Amino acid sequence: MSTLLAFDGLSRDWFGVPAVSDLTLDIPEGSTLGLIGQNGAGKSTLMNMVGGVVPPSRGSMRWKGAEYAPRSPADATRRGIAFIHQELNLFTNLSIAENVFIDGFPRRFGLIDARRMHDVTAALLERLQLTHRPETPVGDLAPGERQIVEIAKALHRAADLIIFDEPTTSLTPRETARLFDLIGRLKAEGRTVVYISHILGDVARLCDTVAVLRDGRMVDTGPASAFDTERMIRSMIGRDLAGMYPGRTAAPAAEPVFEARGLTLSGVIEDVSFTVRQGEVLGLFGLMGSGRSELARVIFGLDPLERGSLTLAGRNLAGGPAARIAAGLAFVTENRREEGLLLEAPVAQNLSLVALRDFARGALALLDETHHASATADLGADLAIRANDIHRQSVKALSGGNQQKAVIGKWLMSGPRLFLLDEPTRGVDVGAKFEIYGLIDRLAASGAGILFISSELEELTGMCDRILVMRRGELGPAFVPPFERMHILAAAFGEAVA
Amino acid sequence: MTANVPAGADPRPEPVRDRALPRSSGRRIGDILFSDYFVLYLSIAYFLALIPFLPTLSTPANLANLLSNMWPLLVVAIGQTFVLTIAGIDLSQGAVAGLTSVAAALLLATAAPVAVLGNAPVWGVFLGETGGLLAGAPGATTIGVALILLIGGLIGLANGLAVAVLRMPAFMVTLVTMIAVGAFAIWLTQSNNIRDLPDNFIALGKGTLVSLYFGEAETSEVARRALHAFVTWPMIIALGVAVAAHIALNRTVFGRYVFAIGINRKTAEISGVPVRRVIVTVFVISAVCAAIASILYTARLETGRPTLGSGNFLLDVIGATVIGGTSLFGGKAKIVWTFFGVLFFVLLSNTLNLMNLSAFHIDMVKGGVILAAAFLDVTRTRLMLERTP
Repeated sequence: MSTLLAFDGLSRDWFGVPAVSDLTLDIPEGSTLGLIGQNGAGKSTLMNMVGGVVPPSRGSMRWKGAEYAPRSPADATRRGIAFIHQELNLFTNLSIAENVFIDGFPRRFGLIDARRMHDVTAALLERLQLTHRPETPVGDLAPGERQIVEIAKALHRAADLIIFDEPTTSLTPRETARLFDLIGRLKAEGRTVVYISHILGDVARLCDTVAVLRDGRMVDTGPASAFDTERMIRSMIGRDLAGMYPGRTAAPAAEPVFEARGLTLSGVIEDVSFTVRQGEVLGLFGLMGSGRSELARVIFGLDPLERGSLTLAGRNLAGGPAARIAAGLAFVTENRREEGLLLEAPVAQNLSLVALRDFARGALALLDETHHASATADLGADLAIRANDIHRQSVKALSGGNQQKAVIGKWLMSGPRLFLLDEPTRGVDVGAKFEIYGLIDRLAASGAGILFISSELEELTGMCDRILVMRRGELGPAFVPPFERMHILAAAFGEAVA
Repeated sequence: MTANVPAGADPRPEPVRDRALPRSSGRRIGDILFSDYFVLYLSIAYFLALIPFLPTLSTPANLANLLSNMWPLLVVAIGQTFVLTIAGIDLSQGAVAGLTSVAAALLLATAAPVAVLGNAPVWGVFLGETGGLLAGAPGATTIGVALILLIGGLIGLANGLAVAVLRMPAFMVTLVTMIAVGAFAIWLTQSNNIRDLPDNFIALGKGTLVSLYFGEAETSEVARRALHAFVTWPMIIALGVAVAAHIALNRTVFGRYVFAIGINRKTAEISGVPVRRVIVTVFVISAVCAAIASILYTARLETGRPTLGSGNFLLDVIGATVIGGTSLFGGKAKIVWTFFGVLFFVLLSNTLNLMNLSAFHIDMVKGGVILAAAFLDVTRTRLMLERTP
């Protein structure tokens, strides 16, 4: 096998801080490389160099044996390198065919040759087994299907190297399985794949070779068969992680803190009833579109409820989010950048946003700056948020894990009785996940109820006292330890277990 | 800290009394560029640079004129600053100013000529030969001012409710208000101005507390026009509004909510911020500020004028606010920025007038300056990001 892409002593500094240092690696043609590392390990910087977004500070790259120094992303695309990002680069208002041809429409007599676009796209979609017409707007497609359109784009450009960056974060298990099947076929066609993911099991399953980055350096590499999850984690964090989950420190009490009775929102949630006890971590598992996030939004008052009642700490929940927060509810949404944070605002202002009224003095509601500064500083320290200066640094500048700690942290000042956590560890590295699990345990131990919504069954079985499964808007039976993964998955998919 | 001395920079060493750490000139230029006072420095530099060419610029008469132009604009721009902070825009401030100017006259005028206003729809209803509704009544000016602010507030309330509750875009809502309210003001008087406002109302726009005399010391009588007004009622009112606005925006829970909504409305909603109430309040503040400015203008002109806020009014307000550094995308604003932006804008208009340029030339230059300010803002933001990795 000849080398397709080679890095030789590749380095990149940001303001004198090395993001990638002295990285040397060969990617053989036709191979599948799994690239793993914590957030900030240098994966994005490395990929930005490959993609022509930033030039290396030192070192060089070779592509098909020749010197490779892309000056722009278009340069990289022209050479045959395609990126499939977690945030897709698609125009949702345009059709599949238009997206595929976006960087060069076929022309006939000076006009766009719609027939050729249609035919080529239809052939591509058939090859990728996507049963949509080329004219379908991309906005009408599910996330997994959009990803396939991205792959169609790459195939259309005859890309030799396809780089997947966290491709499965927004996919259902079924869509993920389909993606893996597709990647397998790309491999069989002889295309080279780089697969970047936090989901280590997927990396082990898909890849021939694994490369681990830590602090910008290549710390471990070898055939995937020699890597088990434990070795990957050890290499990524540079130490042994005694288990993925902190132990739970307190058992839940018998008294319920929250009760939902007969919640119904036609077509979304059907007659959902459940109870969360004080100090209980209740898992909610379900596929995307099963209604789990919608359930959280209904409980929080963001979406209307057709029927049903909600009781928190003995009081009836009604009204909008503000009233429910006052009653003791907290909601960490699955989307921290769009709904969780004030990205441009300093960390401290994010931490105090929910409890801001507690810092008001007098009739004019003047802010008590001194109290505000000390309270937010204490909370930041308590959460171990790593920032230079939480009063001045914007939360945007933090790593994903620290951002997520800030999203959870902003609720802590108001002392909620029930936390709705929707995908609280999404897009967060292993080390930060561990810290967030620890935080969940602390909240539960302090007597709050937790509704832990996740599509990672692994973490639910690691942290929860009970797990509910949601499927097509309905709740199935509750599972209790010892959790049988197969049974829970089967309930989520609605299939009988053989 | 790397010394990045630009070509032509003054290599003069630090003064001895400056005991601060030695700073490189590149870093110092950066400090000025990122300072809250950047636009003030720019204004001073511009002022000093033009004195040799425009000797009248620094005369007491011109300085007094400059200041008197500044105060009403400052009040409107402060209102606009609040709306821009929540990533909105208020295009209706000019129309509010026009309507409240007419309202002031309809309430307070002490006489009105039938020959001019006899055909206006308000004749015989609000206005007659003996003046407006409150003409001659005890406390007329106080009641009138309160009613004017109320009218402004109600229009702001309508804007705010449409934006916050009906979730219509601020641009659309205030554009419609601008057109409808502006036309209504003109229809009321059939585009005529109303004069004969009472003296105690006029004092709000022209009343002087401290005047300076720069002439001969021996003269026993001083002509009125030789006196230059520096501390005036409009100054007191505008600075009062500015201080109140600064406290509201920076030191209160309300102000933090305004910024939170401007940065991310969804996050604010989910975090329990009373988003609707804050948005409505912000639009009321904006319209009330326009009404206050309208009082200052109307009193100064001694005329209720329906077209008070048409023409370049909006350009001046938004231009001055944006030059100050307030972002059109929300979440980034300071009242001092707006203060300096207004100062610079008024100074710019003044110097262009002194150059005897035509109104068209003045607008072309103003447009260019706003463009330059927008470009500078983008550049500053980028440099700032590079500075704080």
